[in-house]
Amino acid sequence: MARREPIGPLDYTRRLWLRLWLLAVAVFLYAPIVILVVFSFNDSKRNIVWQGFTTDYYVKAAANASLIEAFTNSLVIALVSTVISTIVGALMALALWRFRFPGKPGLDGAVALPIVIPEICMGVALLVFFNRVGVSAAFGWPFSLLPIIIGHVAFSFPFVCVVVRARMAGFDRSLEEASKDLGASEWQTFWNVTVPFMKPGLIAGGLLAMTLSLDDFVITFFTAGPGTLTFPVQVYSMVRFGATPEVNAASTILIVVTVILTVIALRLQRPDKEAAKLA
Amino acid sequence: MESWRAQPAVFWAFVLPGALWLLCFFIAPLALIWLLAFGERAGPVEIDITWTLANYAGVFDPVYIGLFGRSLWVATVATVLALVIGLPVALAISFAPARLKPLILLLIILPFWTNILIRTYAMIAVLRTKGFVNFGLEYIWQLGTVVLAPFGLDQAVMGERFVPLELLYNNTAVIFGIVYVYLPFMVLPLYATLDRLDRSLLEASLDLGAGQIRTFFSIIVPLARPGIVSGIILVFIPALGTFLISDLLGGTDSLLIGNVIERQFKAANNWPLGAAMSFVLLYVTFAVLALRAWVAGREGGLGKA
Amino acid sequence: MTDTPIVTFENVTKSFGRTKAVDGVSLAIPRNAFFALLGPSGCGKTTLLRMLGGFAHPTSGRVLIDGEDMADVPPNRRPVNMVFQSYAVFPHMTVAENVAYGLKVTGVPKAEIGPRVEEAIAMVRLDGMAARMPDELSGGQRQRVALARALVKRPKLLLLDEPLSALDKKLREEMQLELVRLQTEVGITFIIVTHDQEEALGMASDIAVMKEGRILQIAPPRQLYEHPTHRFVAEFIGASNSFECEVLGIEGGMARVRAPLLGELSVERASADVRAGTLIVRPEKMRMDFSSPDPDPGEVLVEARIDQISYFGDLSVVYLTAADGRRLQCSRYNTNRIDKGDPPPGTPCTIGIHPEDLLLVGD
Repeated sequence: MARREPIGPLDYTRRLWLRLWLLAVAVFLYAPIVILVVFSFNDSKRNIVWQGFTTDYYVKAAANASLIEAFTNSLVIALVSTVISTIVGALMALALWRFRFPGKPGLDGAVALPIVIPEICMGVALLVFFNRVGVSAAFGWPFSLLPIIIGHVAFSFPFVCVVVRARMAGFDRSLEEASKDLGASEWQTFWNVTVPFMKPGLIAGGLLAMTLSLDDFVITFFTAGPGTLTFPVQVYSMVRFGATPEVNAASTILIVVTVILTVIALRLQRPDKEAAKLA
Repeated sequence: MESWRAQPAVFWAFVLPGALWLLCFFIAPLALIWLLAFGERAGPVEIDITWTLANYAGVFDPVYIGLFGRSLWVATVATVLALVIGLPVALAISFAPARLKPLILLLIILPFWTNILIRTYAMIAVLRTKGFVNFGLEYIWQLGTVVLAPFGLDQAVMGERFVPLELLYNNTAVIFGIVYVYLPFMVLPLYATLDRLDRSLLEASLDLGAGQIRTFFSIIVPLARPGIVSGIILVFIPALGTFLISDLLGGTDSLLIGNVIERQFKAANNWPLGAAMSFVLLYVTFAVLALRAWVAGREGGLGKA
Repeated sequence: MTDTPIVTFENVTKSFGRTKAVDGVSLAIPRNAFFALLGPSGCGKTTLLRMLGGFAHPTSGRVLIDGEDMADVPPNRRPVNMVFQSYAVFPHMTVAENVAYGLKVTGVPKAEIGPRVEEAIAMVRLDGMAARMPDELSGGQRQRVALARALVKRPKLLLLDEPLSALDKKLREEMQLELVRLQTEVGITFIIVTHDQEEALGMASDIAVMKEGRILQIAPPRQLYEHPTHRFVAEFIGASNSFECEVLGIEGGMARVRAPLLGELSVERASADVRAGTLIVRPEKMRMDFSSPDPDPGEVLVEARIDQISYFGDLSVVYLTAADGRRLQCSRYNTNRIDKGDPPPGTPCTIGIHPEDLLLVGD
């Protein structure tokens, strides 16, 4: 009776070779990260062969003031640039979705540009720009982070714009008309009908912006002033000196923090889905 | 869609923040280095815009042309590899049971939440001569020796001792690193198109007598073309401009154009030359994008003809 | 050999987890039939069709096509072709390429492909459209491409999955005639899945009515309508009025029953298996009299009150409430052009039913 159902012609996921392929790709994607985390506990300076378990390097990393500063800075940058990118990107998406105006194809193309051009071009352009304009260093922290935040917003708000616009493409304009027909003002309609529909797009876009900011190295590398410590740049200089367990420990902490932030973000998204099911 | 004139205040409120941000912090900086590319160094920091073409001429120095060539080659190989690896993955996800789909997708995206620098750094431990790939190979080598020893074949087949492969600090390592870092960029757009593919088209193909492989090449690949093109663009362009991956994983002979640009702006302090190189890289990017638009347009035109 | 059925289902069951989409179906489909699987959505009819195409496998039981067990035969090696509900016309190929695809992939010689494709395109009346892309065709034309593409392979069996559901009413009627014409022309067995009773009645030579994974009745259209064996069949195909009843005795093909409003009477049994159940009568077989009762001999009379009259052009349906609160409906052909005026709601009237129009069906 427990005869296994034969594999259907389109049950590709049940085919052995494809499962092995998936497994191989998963190993490819995860093995390096797992090894990195495991070796952050390795009791060896050269960090090549496993010598024994220790948490020394976490203690060391925690005592490393510049690492802590870099860490704080990177999180501040990620949070601030996420908020700004989400707002700016969503507004731009609404403008492009809702209005007809002269020069629209031009603006459309310009918004897509930061997504497609090589990061390094944008990085060096911002480097030169802030060098010439000279925003901030004089005001000290947190203004020293301003160039980095500006750069992060510049490359992540177009992504938010794309995500939110895709969401709005599925919006039925007659819902707005219905709201107005029932007596709501323009503003009430926007707030009670348009924004709730947009919300999953906003969350997805915000999540993407945060991911991009935390993932970024190039823009940060070029926009960080000489006195500004950020996590990727700090780790970069440590790596250049050689791979030590301390780098592994610091990386592991960043991985853990990112995963926690993302889980929180996903949790925030969930009640929405429940509501959608009820509706 | 309505005219902006209907509600000009709302329109400006929506459009201005993004447009200004883009203008001040994207277009203006690009314009600035576009200008710099026509400049000459007049001191440690001053640059005069003299409209010289010397910087662009400098880019066409055989050394740099070689670098561009290598960058194009590395990016192409990495992109093709990512496509070959990513297509079955995307296929598997889009045909997975609905409850497993988000999980597998998450598995693919998850590494994205780790900084690119950390991911690249993680590759070092895997690839170096005393890294895990070599440990694995050595283990297989030892196994082989033990198995073949009774036949007296061990020395003949496996060699006298295990020689670790030089996996790090060469072009292969860079390609490997690019595929590792950008694979999700390939999988996601592929998945997006495959997931929207009407299953009955595949069933129709099988029903009409085509085998699975035939169906894959005659139906799935042509219909997944938009996703394949997006995936290629999303991997190829960052791969072309990468400098971090080649910096950490590459050797002296695997410098890419990104490394040279970085050097002009940091160590070598030759901004005009760096600016010219950046713009050549940008023009190559635009050429790729134009090619894509042209191909898409031609296909669209064919459809309508 | 020719009188063996072209398709045989032997005690086929298909489970998805705990639910059974198909539950112990046994069925033989004769050669050259235009066979319809009819039922509400979720009754398992599409699953049966997909088993023939090779896209679903029975959890238990056997499926035979032309006497051959299909268990290990993949879809591309089966002598059947399918017209999909969405048509599944390849969007990146022209009409001719679509039609030629099935021949090309199975290695039919090139010289043979051209003429056969041309012939198939002519057969579905798409001459002159061979070079068009699918997005330039209407829904009806796309369906013809799907038909030509399947027929050009000369299958033993053509499967049609809700082929008319995406077409508008006029086109649907036209396609019905077309499908019947094609079936007689090519002499292939057609199996059609549909939830639309009119479609099935209008085209099929035999119809199987399904409910919850089981086949309730297999019969030609006329018999299905006039001799339904189950109350579900009677109510799914056309409209019917039902009276629950008590069976007092069985006398051959007849039953002695007692029913509210109708009293005690002898009625025909739908089949030998029916020993208890419901009396049904079709709305057009009831006589309605607004004025004074003027009974035909042998007629049973029922008193009722008019609720509403719906006018459909050729006929009107009168909705009634009987003396015991039961809802009935009765249809009348509008044979006169002159409007004599409908009686207003609330008007009492008398219904006359001949016992021979009543049928005892199973529940």
